[in-house]
Amino acid sequence: MTDHSISDIHNQVMWNRLISVVEEQARTLVRTAFSTSVREAGDLSAGIFDTEGRMLAQAVTGTPGHVNAMAEAVGHFIADIGLENIFEGDVYITNDPWKGTGHLHDITVVTPSFVAGRLVGYFASTAHVVDIGGRGFGPDAEEVYEEGLFIPIMKFIERGVVNRDLVNIVRHNVRAPDQVVGDIYALAACNETGHNRLADMMSEFGLSDIAGLASFILENSARATAQRIAELPRGRFENVVTIDGYDEPITLAVALEISEDRIHADFSGTSPASRWGINVPLIYTKAYTCFGLKCAIAPDIPNNAASLAPFLVDAPPGCILNAEHPAPVSVRHVTGHFLPDLMLGALAHFLPDRIPAESAGALWNLHISVRRADGRRDGRRHEVLMFNSGGSGARPESDGMSATAFPSGVHTMPIEATEQTGPIVIWRKELRPDSGGAGAQRGGLGQVIEIAPAAGYEFSFSAMFDRTGHPASGRAGGGSGGAGGVRLDDGTRLRPKGWQFVPAGRRLILELPGGGGFGDPRDRPRDIVDADLADGYISEERAASEYHAAGG
Amino acid sequence: MMAVRVGVDIGGTFTDVALESDGRLISTKVLTDYAAPQRAVVEATEKVATEAGVAPGDIAVVIHGTTLATNALIERRGAKTAFITTEGYRDVIEMRTENRFEQYDLYITLPKPLVARRHRYTVGERIDAGGNVLRPIDVDEVDALATKIANMGYESVAIGFIHAYANGAHERRVRDALRARLPDLSISISSEVAPQMREFERFNTVVANAYVKPLMARYLHNLVDELRGIGVACPVYVIHSGGGIITIDTAAEFPVRLVESGPAGGAIFAADIAARYDLDRVLSFDMGGTTAKICLIENQAPQTAKTFEVARTYRFKKGSGMPIAIPVIEMVEIGAGGGSIASVDSLRQIRVGPESAGSEPGPASYQRGGDKPAVTDADLVLGRIDPENFAGGSIPLSQPLAETAVSRDVGRPLDMDPLASAYGISEVVDENMANAARVHAVENGKEIGAFTMIAFGGAAPIHAARLAEKLGIRRYLVPPGAGVGSAIGFLRAPFGYEAVQSRFLALADYEADLVNDILDGLERSAAAIVEEGTGGRGEVQRQKTAYMRYRGQGWEIPVDLAGPRFGPDDAATLKSGFEEAYTRLFGRPIDGLDIEIVSWSVRVSSIVPPPVPVAMRTSGTLAEPSGKRRLFDPAKGAFTSADVYDRFDLAPGHSVEGPSVIVERETATIVPAGCRTVVQSDGCLLVERETDGS
Repeated sequence: MTDHSISDIHNQVMWNRLISVVEEQARTLVRTAFSTSVREAGDLSAGIFDTEGRMLAQAVTGTPGHVNAMAEAVGHFIADIGLENIFEGDVYITNDPWKGTGHLHDITVVTPSFVAGRLVGYFASTAHVVDIGGRGFGPDAEEVYEEGLFIPIMKFIERGVVNRDLVNIVRHNVRAPDQVVGDIYALAACNETGHNRLADMMSEFGLSDIAGLASFILENSARATAQRIAELPRGRFENVVTIDGYDEPITLAVALEISEDRIHADFSGTSPASRWGINVPLIYTKAYTCFGLKCAIAPDIPNNAASLAPFLVDAPPGCILNAEHPAPVSVRHVTGHFLPDLMLGALAHFLPDRIPAESAGALWNLHISVRRADGRRDGRRHEVLMFNSGGSGARPESDGMSATAFPSGVHTMPIEATEQTGPIVIWRKELRPDSGGAGAQRGGLGQVIEIAPAAGYEFSFSAMFDRTGHPASGRAGGGSGGAGGVRLDDGTRLRPKGWQFVPAGRRLILELPGGGGFGDPRDRPRDIVDADLADGYISEERAASEYHAAGG
Repeated sequence: MMAVRVGVDIGGTFTDVALESDGRLISTKVLTDYAAPQRAVVEATEKVATEAGVAPGDIAVVIHGTTLATNALIERRGAKTAFITTEGYRDVIEMRTENRFEQYDLYITLPKPLVARRHRYTVGERIDAGGNVLRPIDVDEVDALATKIANMGYESVAIGFIHAYANGAHERRVRDALRARLPDLSISISSEVAPQMREFERFNTVVANAYVKPLMARYLHNLVDELRGIGVACPVYVIHSGGGIITIDTAAEFPVRLVESGPAGGAIFAADIAARYDLDRVLSFDMGGTTAKICLIENQAPQTAKTFEVARTYRFKKGSGMPIAIPVIEMVEIGAGGGSIASVDSLRQIRVGPESAGSEPGPASYQRGGDKPAVTDADLVLGRIDPENFAGGSIPLSQPLAETAVSRDVGRPLDMDPLASAYGISEVVDENMANAARVHAVENGKEIGAFTMIAFGGAAPIHAARLAEKLGIRRYLVPPGAGVGSAIGFLRAPFGYEAVQSRFLALADYEADLVNDILDGLERSAAAIVEEGTGGRGEVQRQKTAYMRYRGQGWEIPVDLAGPRFGPDDAATLKSGFEEAYTRLFGRPIDGLDIEIVSWSVRVSSIVPPPVPVAMRTSGTLAEPSGKRRLFDPAKGAFTSADVYDRFDLAPGHSVEGPSVIVERETATIVPAGCRTVVQSDGCLLVERETDGS
């Protein structure tokens, strides 16, 4: 056995270890964070970087939105702090939407890792905090200034001493100071966990730096990714997706250029930035673009600087996918979540048997603010948060997943827990028959949710919904998924975006969109159509009109 | 003469039986009989009784654990089952958590619910979050439903209503109506099976219970009958996933409690050893043919949880199985065992598992038609396993076949020789286990380095040394009988039952009477089940726990409740108990946030006589090796000559220096260079890294 073999094996083992270390880092954060979206939705990320700021490993969490947003962020930190100002015991912080992960609610913390007095790398982590001041989480601001406190890249801790002024400013600018400050400390602590594990590993394998390991990881990843790209046909492929937007439809356009060793996505032709906070900073556009491409092309290659490098993104400045400061960006995910469908649609031109139909896209997140109907205050505001998913697109060889998000990896919360958080009653939360796009493979079903204020209460809710006017398209002859709907039980139609009111005694009814179908519905075997009928996924009418399976 | 006790563990591959009589332990392994599992039990029981010279009639108690319920869930071999639920919630068990358990795979399939949509029925009714009736149940609708259920010919029915953990009246109403119409129907209701908040977990649990109930009831009664048939007339008890013993009748009523009962036995086995040595921080490491299981054991009690996931469908990935909300000994299980298959992926990295060669066709070296390299093949190439004496010589291993498989699937793609490839496979599987253990520890706020490991199961003693090193663990014990650890563990288990119930209480609304009522109710139901087993004889102990969190958090942490009754001022006690527990896990409490209690549990168990203490010896007299063999030394990257010892020949007080191999019938303990092993008075091997650098 050669020394080369041994070091190769050790490098493989250490690569696995780094992936586990960032996983530990992420789990530590999930357990200690206050933010609902960190805990329930996995809205966080954690990663390790080499001394040049190149990402070596990143935890797989619920949010592809952080994929390479974070990869770039650490480079900004090194540049802005300056190498000469980086000391052992330092911790850095920002929530700059254009240098972090796209909106002020995400706080990114970076910790340089010193082993035996020598800088060996960086740990970074990001969490979506419960509040960042301003108007609160929603699309209604017209400039980022209204969206809350903006923390530029700066030191949170210098040589072990906490920046009290910063803590004080945060405390006085957010609605839940204990929780937000607590989450900042949790971010710093999880980086510390990562650092300790790295130091253990370096001592186990007798390393004084990780430069050799970094080259091993990056070279292997670069080679594997290049190989996948080389297997693709060359060419230029375009796709356009239209979505509801805030007050007018938005066009997302991409031209995908596949060359020998890279893929370039150009978003020219995309709608300009919106007046409202559904705009996307470029860093976040890159994240979801990469995610969509990687899912289809190189799903098994771990995220790092080299595996992300061949995916290049351009969007015209000022378009909704490259919104410039001070555009409002608070709910940039509502737009960003459609990027994977946009990319998949372009890829489908030349990978027809690998690409699913379109999905419901952005989550139907709901923020409900409940108060007494008689106008008296009962001492407590009840704020209730819900995450809900529509259907995902049918795959070439299997049906879409019902009420399961794509691209987000968010978990829903049990309604029994949700009803404990405020005086509402959720009367219905079940699959929505006939909402899955027809096809040889059926789209995933959306769901129907009925929510009423408890007796004596009324509520307002912040809608951040899409695909009400623009349902998920089918592929290869498959039909569209059902469009979404927002109304009251008396028939009053409501808007898919913005704050609206539900009076006492009424129910809010949400019909979540379904995923698109794949392939000609007439190719769906009769026994499977019959099974869908027996299970009530489709109605008799739908069976007859779409599948030509009358009778049943 | 001490009572003769028999522990029986039915696993996926083997049925293990351990008989204990006068401090002697006799055990055997036979192949599991899938068609009639009780036949293998009878066969093995007769075998050990004969070997021990005990008449079947002299057996005083049989304690049984089984994976049959788990297998029925995995293989979908349960009864024709209907599920009745609240109107508006027909699809809870199908919608699951609404997320994808694997982010980057566009083609995953979600596990199908145990009961298809067409067999799920709804009733107009609603209980609110406080347990009050929001919409009364319609009696006529229930009658019409009973007719439908009768006409469809269901064998079993599950009933689960929203917020039924807080008020089960509507569930009971429907059950009574069905029972009146269909007296032989098997019925399970969520407010009895799993009265915990979170509808997906609770509904899935009651459905799983209903699904396996007819099968398990038949099996358990057949078992008792067939044991009677050979003269074993003693009571037969069953071990549940929480590690306590219950009667056959309770087990037949709540068979979902038997899921994971085998692994629970392993944890009790390790906990008993921890108690012998008075070890407060122990990591049990059970590595068999297909999976490795890791459990934290603190203060000699295995860690428990109130929910877990079974039947994972995607590389053992969290979220790809089904949740079961019952008290359980908590462990992490990964696809890493002797049969785990190695390959090289597109990144030119060695991958091991979770696919397993199982026992058929088995690793390449088994010569049974398997040609993929498994961990056992790598161990053979590295000289850790003796090809002549594997499994007591019953399975002759082929070294050339192992080398061929390892070379072809790993060596060639990576341009490595067979030895380096085998070392790579071994390193990767050890690393996988170490990573799983570390992540599990961090999720529980533990620093694992200070723990003592207890290694058992066929493959554990071979891999324990490297795993310990990776985890920073300095010493570990390899107990005798490690191959049948679970069956032995059953013999050490108390009669015990844990009742859990969700019931919200903000500390600000604390009332002593309410708390006492909840805990009294739970204690009564747990005690009644324990008494069925003990007949009310002997002392019992109680452990009360509140599951608490800061308002707004998504999960709760367990807080031990001391003291018999709660008084008017005990909100402060609860608060400080919570803050202490929170600090232990997360480093610091948070000021100014409301605290709430979500669930409560009371565990009642009989008191097991403490094991005879063993003083750990860390030095001894060097034993005489029985031979030499080539063993791969990772530090040198080459073979070295290792002493071989037969474990049977070693006596308490003997010591062995590494590099050496201690062989026994079912496994081999590898003592690497730089480690010393001392045989303890109870036959355990203590392996310790030498710190003096000698």
